Amino acid sequence: MKQRYLIIIGLITLFLAPLVLPTFQITLLNYIGLYALVVLGLVLLTGVGGMTSFGQAAFVGLGAYATAYITTTEQLPEWLSWTAGSPWAGLLVGILLTAVVALFLGAVTLKLSGHYLPLGTIAWGISLYYLFGTMSSMGGHTGISGLPSLNIFGISLDKGEKIYYLIWAILMVAIWITSNLLNSREGRAIRALKGGQLMAESMGINTFRSKMVIFLISAIFAALSGWLYAHTQRFVNPTPFGLQMGIDYLFMALIGGAASVWGALLGAGVLTMLKQWLQDFLPLIMGGSGQYETIVLGLLIIFMMQRAPGGLWLILVKLTPVSWRNQHRIKVDTSAADLPRQALPKKGDLLLEARHVTRRFGGLVANNNMSLQLHAGEVLALIGPNGAGKSTMFNQLSAVDSPSDGEVLFLNQSLSNKTSRQVAQMGMSRTFQHVKLLPTMSALENVALGAHMRGKKGVLNALFHLERDEEQRLLKEAQYQLNRVGLGDHLHTEAGSLSLGQQRILEIARALCSDPCVLLLDEPAAGLRHKEKQALAGLLKKLRAEGLAILLVEHDMDFVMNLVDRIVVMEFGEKIAEGLPEEIQTNPAVLEAYLGGAE
Amino acid sequence: MNLQIATLLGQDGLTNGAIYALLALSILLVFTVTRILLIPLGEFVTFGALTMAAIQMGKLPQLEWLLLGLTCIDCSLDLYQQARSRFNRRKLQGVALKLGYAATLVILVHTLPLAELPMGAQILLTLALIVPLGPIMYRLFFQPLADAPSLVLLIVSIAVHVSMVGTGLLLFGPEGARTKPFSDSGFHLGSVMLKSQTLWVILVSIFLIVTLFIAFERTLYGKALRATAVNRMGARLLGISPVFAGKVTFALAAFIGSASGILIAPITTLYYDSGFIISLKGFVGAIIGGLVSYPLAAIGSVAVGMVEAFSMFWASGYKEIIVFTLIIPFLIWRSMTSHHVEDDE
Amino acid sequence: MSTQDNKLLNVSDLHVAYGKVEALTGIDLTLKEGQLVTVIGPNGAGKTTLLSAIMGVLPSTGTIHFNGQDFFSPEVETLVGHGLGLVSEKRELFSTMSVQDNLLLGAFLRYRRGDTSYDTTLAEIYSLFPRLWERRHQQAGTLSGGERQMLAIGRAMMGKPKLLMLDEPSLGLAPLITREIFRIFADLRRQGVSILLVEQNARAALKVADYAYVLEGGQVAMHGPAADLANDPRIIEAYLGLASKHQELLSS
Repeated sequence: MKQRYLIIIGLITLFLAPLVLPTFQITLLNYIGLYALVVLGLVLLTGVGGMTSFGQAAFVGLGAYATAYITTTEQLPEWLSWTAGSPWAGLLVGILLTAVVALFLGAVTLKLSGHYLPLGTIAWGISLYYLFGTMSSMGGHTGISGLPSLNIFGISLDKGEKIYYLIWAILMVAIWITSNLLNSREGRAIRALKGGQLMAESMGINTFRSKMVIFLISAIFAALSGWLYAHTQRFVNPTPFGLQMGIDYLFMALIGGAASVWGALLGAGVLTMLKQWLQDFLPLIMGGSGQYETIVLGLLIIFMMQRAPGGLWLILVKLTPVSWRNQHRIKVDTSAADLPRQALPKKGDLLLEARHVTRRFGGLVANNNMSLQLHAGEVLALIGPNGAGKSTMFNQLSAVDSPSDGEVLFLNQSLSNKTSRQVAQMGMSRTFQHVKLLPTMSALENVALGAHMRGKKGVLNALFHLERDEEQRLLKEAQYQLNRVGLGDHLHTEAGSLSLGQQRILEIARALCSDPCVLLLDEPAAGLRHKEKQALAGLLKKLRAEGLAILLVEHDMDFVMNLVDRIVVMEFGEKIAEGLPEEIQTNPAVLEAYLGGAE
Repeated sequence: MNLQIATLLGQDGLTNGAIYALLALSILLVFTVTRILLIPLGEFVTFGALTMAAIQMGKLPQLEWLLLGLTCIDCSLDLYQQARSRFNRRKLQGVALKLGYAATLVILVHTLPLAELPMGAQILLTLALIVPLGPIMYRLFFQPLADAPSLVLLIVSIAVHVSMVGTGLLLFGPEGARTKPFSDSGFHLGSVMLKSQTLWVILVSIFLIVTLFIAFERTLYGKALRATAVNRMGARLLGISPVFAGKVTFALAAFIGSASGILIAPITTLYYDSGFIISLKGFVGAIIGGLVSYPLAAIGSVAVGMVEAFSMFWASGYKEIIVFTLIIPFLIWRSMTSHHVEDDE
Repeated sequence: MSTQDNKLLNVSDLHVAYGKVEALTGIDLTLKEGQLVTVIGPNGAGKTTLLSAIMGVLPSTGTIHFNGQDFFSPEVETLVGHGLGLVSEKRELFSTMSVQDNLLLGAFLRYRRGDTSYDTTLAEIYSLFPRLWERRHQQAGTLSGGERQMLAIGRAMMGKPKLLMLDEPSLGLAPLITREIFRIFADLRRQGVSILLVEQNARAALKVADYAYVLEGGQVAMHGPAADLANDPRIIEAYLGLASKHQELLSS
C-alpha cells in the first residue's frame, strides 16, 4: 500500500511543479515526459518482450510530421480535406500511418529470428529520415514551422507550462494502461515471450500476435509523443527523428531499467539531465565543441550491460527497505463463476495414434516405424534407455516436429500440418523435460497461462481493465488446479523459488488448466521426493478415472510399474516391446536393452 | 543515359559493391563465430581512411594514443586476473609483448617522417595501428558478456559504435578527408575510361576474398573458427576457446574494415561519422544472405552497390531509401518460408 | 602397467548443484594411470553431471586433481590443454564440416604447440575406424549414429589425451556396433591409454573395466574391482527397480 502513497505524492508534486519552477526547468520536464512516453513503449518491447527497435524515433517523426502536414498545408489533397487542418485529425492520421508501418515491419520481421526486427527498424529509421529531408512538401531539411497550438475545452495550450499538463496526463494514462495490460491474460502471454516461446505456443498462445501487439503499442506511444512534440515546439525538422535519437531512446530504457514501467520515467529523466550536464562539462575538459557526450554514454551503457543489466530502477528497488517494496498479491475471487469445461471423450475411445512414424536427421534414424495408440482413461508409459529416441517421439506426438514418414493422428486428424498451438487448442496439453516456467511470475500466474485459450477478452479490454470478470474466472481456475495438485499453499510464491519437484508439479497444473483430453508428460517424476512421487501417482490415477488420456516418458521404473496401464519400450528408435507392466518386467529383450547384451 | 554514363555508374557500383561485399563477409564471420552483429565495423573503415589521410598530410594520427590507452587497460585487467589466481610466465610475457607493441608504435609514429614514407609503408602503419583495436575491443566490451542473450550483445555493439563515432570526432576532428590514389594512370578501354583506383579496389577485394576463402577452407586456424561457429561446445572440448575465436575474428574484421577504408579513401571523402551508413550497406548484403550464406551475401552486396550507383543517377535524393528498401523482398520471402518457433534466446 | 600408485585423476568431495538441487553430493573417485575405470548407474544418477564437472563444463566445488595438478572449478580449455579429453554424450560434432576436418580439429592444440606428428595419429585412427576413412570427405551431419560415435571418439583421440573420458558411448547404438566400440576400448587400454567410461550398459562396461563405481542419486553407492561388481545382484535393482525375483534373469 505504501507504493500507492508514493504515487499520490508524486502526482501532487507533478501538479505543483509548473507553479514554482522556472520556464527552463518546465521545458526540460516537458522533454522528459515526451521521451518517457516513447521509452515506455520500449520497456514493453525490450524489457518485457525481449525484442528491440531502433526505429522508435522514426515513429515519433511520423506522428509529428503527420500533424505538421495536416495543420499547416494550405491546400490539402482531396482525400485529406475532411481533416480541415485540425490537430486532432492530425493525431488520428499519425496513429493510423504509424500502425500501418508497424504492422508491415512486424509482418516481415517478427516471424524471423530476433535479429531481424532491430536491423529492419534501423533501415526504416534511416529511410524515413532521408525521406523527410528530401520531400519538398515536408519542408526538406528546413522542416515545417508555424504549427498551431492545441486547444482543449477552449483553453489554448500555447505555453510550456500549459501543455506540460497534457503531456504528463497522457504519460500517466499510458503508464496506467501499460500496467493494466501486463496484469491481464494478454499480458501474461506477452510476458511469456521471454521465457521460451515453445512453451507459450504449447499453451495455445499465438506468440507472433503477442509480439505484434507490443510492437504496435510501442509504435503508437511513439507517434503520440511525436504529435505532442510537434504541438509543443510548433515546428518540426528531420533531426530529432533520426537514428541517433532512436538509439538514445533505447539507451534511456536500458539506463532506467527496461523491466519496469517506472524505469521508463527514470531513464528518460536521468539521460536527459546527464546529456545536458555532459554537453556543458565535456567541452571544458576536451576543448573544442562536439558531441563528446556520446563517448561517455556509450561506455556507460556497456558498463551497465556488463554489471547492472537491470538498470537504475532495479538498483533503487534493491536499496529500498523490503517492507516498502511492492507486496502486490493477486486476489482470487472465489465467488467467480466456473469456466465451462469440455466434455471428455468416452472411456476407451482412441484419442492419439502414431502410425509407422519414422524420423530421420541426416543419416541418423531417430525413430523407425514407431506405432502406438493412446485411449481415453488410460495411462501409457513410453520407456527405453537413454538415446532410444523417446524425446524425438514425444516431439512427433506433440506436433513440435513432424515425421519424415508415417503420421500422427489426434482425434482422427493428422498432425502433419498442425502447429503445437493448434494441437493445444484441440485439447492436447503437455509438460517439459526441462521445466519451462516464468521464474519471476507467481505460481498462480504461471498456471493461469495454461488457461489462456479459455479466455476471449482481447488487448483493448485489458488496457482499460474491462475484462476483470473473465480474469477472475481464469484465476479461480488456476487456483483450483493448484489446490488440486497440492500446491495450494504456494499460490503467490515465485515459480523460480520452488523446488524442482514442485516446479514439475506446477507444470502439470498449468497443463490441466487448459482443460485437455490428452496429457503428455515428459519425465514428470524426475527430481521428485518419494512422498511427492506418491502424491503425483495419486493425482494421475484420479485424472485417469475422470477419463483423461495420459502418456508419460519416464525413467523412474518403480513409479511407472505401479501406475501405468500399458508400456511401450523403445530402443534404437524402434519399438521393442509393448504390454502390461508385468509382461515388460520379465521381457528378456527389455532387460537386455537396459543392462546390455550378455553376449 | 548513354553507354558512357552507364559504364561510369557501373564502375562506381562495382567499386562500392566490392567494398560492401568485404564488409558483409566480415559481418557474417563475426556473427556466426560470436553471435555479435558488428555494427562498429564502419568505424574501422573511417578510422582506416582518416588515419591514412592524417599520415599522408604528415599529421599525427592520434590513434596511437587510443591504442596505447586501451592496451594499458587491457593489460591491467590481465594482471588483475592473474593476481587473483596465479602468475604465469607465458601470460606475463604476453602482457609485456602487448605493451611493447603499443609503445613501439607510439614512438614510430612520433619519429618517422610520416608524409615522406612510401605509400606501402603508410598503409602498413595504418593497419598496424588499427588491427589490434579489434581484439582489444572484444576483450574489453564483449568477452565479459560471452554468455549474454544476443539482444544484449546487439545493444553493446550499438553502444560501442556510438562511443567510437565520438572518439573519431575527438581524434580526427569534424573535417572530411581524402587520400592520394594508389596510382595516377587511367586506362582506356575503347571509348570508356577506367579509373585506376576502381581497378585497385576490385582487384584487392577479390584478392582478399579469395585469401579468406582459402584460409577458412585449408588452414587449421580457419577451420577452428568455422568449428566454433558450427558448435561452440564441440570446439571448446578440443581446446578452441571462444575467447580465442572472438579475438581472431575481431582482428580480421578490424583488418578488413580498415583495409576497405584505405581502399576507398582516394575515391570518397569520408568523415568521422561516415562509417555507419557504409557498414549498414554491408548489413543489407548480409541480410540478403540470410545472415548465414557467404556467397549470397557477397552477391547481394554487389547488387547493393549497383542499385546505389544507378539510383544516384535517376533519383539521387532517394538513393539511401532505395538501398534500404532492398531488404524488404528478402524479409518477406524469409518470413513466408520460415515456420520454426524461436526458443531459448 | 607398473605405475600402480600413480593417480592420474583424483576427485575428492565433489559437489554440483543445479540451483537449489544438488545433483552430486560428495563424490570421491580415483583413476590410476593406464586404468580403465567405469562409472555405471541408472538414468538420472548423475553420471553425465560427474563427467561435465570434471571437464569444467559445469561449475563444481571440491578438488579435481589431474596429472599432478589441482584444479578448482576450472575452465574447459585449461583442462584440455593439460591432456583431458571428453567424448560428450551429445557427440558435439561439427555437422557441416567433413569427417576429415572434424578429426584434424581434434589435433588443434597439438598443431598450435608445433607438434606436427598428428598426421601419424590420423592414419592410426583411420586404420582403427576404416568406416571413417571411407567417409572422410562426407559431412559429419550425414553420418549414421554409429559412425558419429566413431568420429567423436576418433576426434578426441587426435588430441592424444592423457585421460580419455567417454560419456555413454553406446548411447542409441545397435548391439553390433556397441560390441565393436567396446572392443576398441579394450584395445586402447592394452595400449596404455587411461579411460574413464560412463555407461548405462553395465554388462559391457564391467567386462572391459578394471575398476567400477556405481552411482545412485548423486552418490557413490558401491565401488570395487569390475569383476566383483559384474555379478552383484544389487546392480539390477538399481537399474530397473525390479523385485529380487528377477535376479535369475541377470545370471542367465
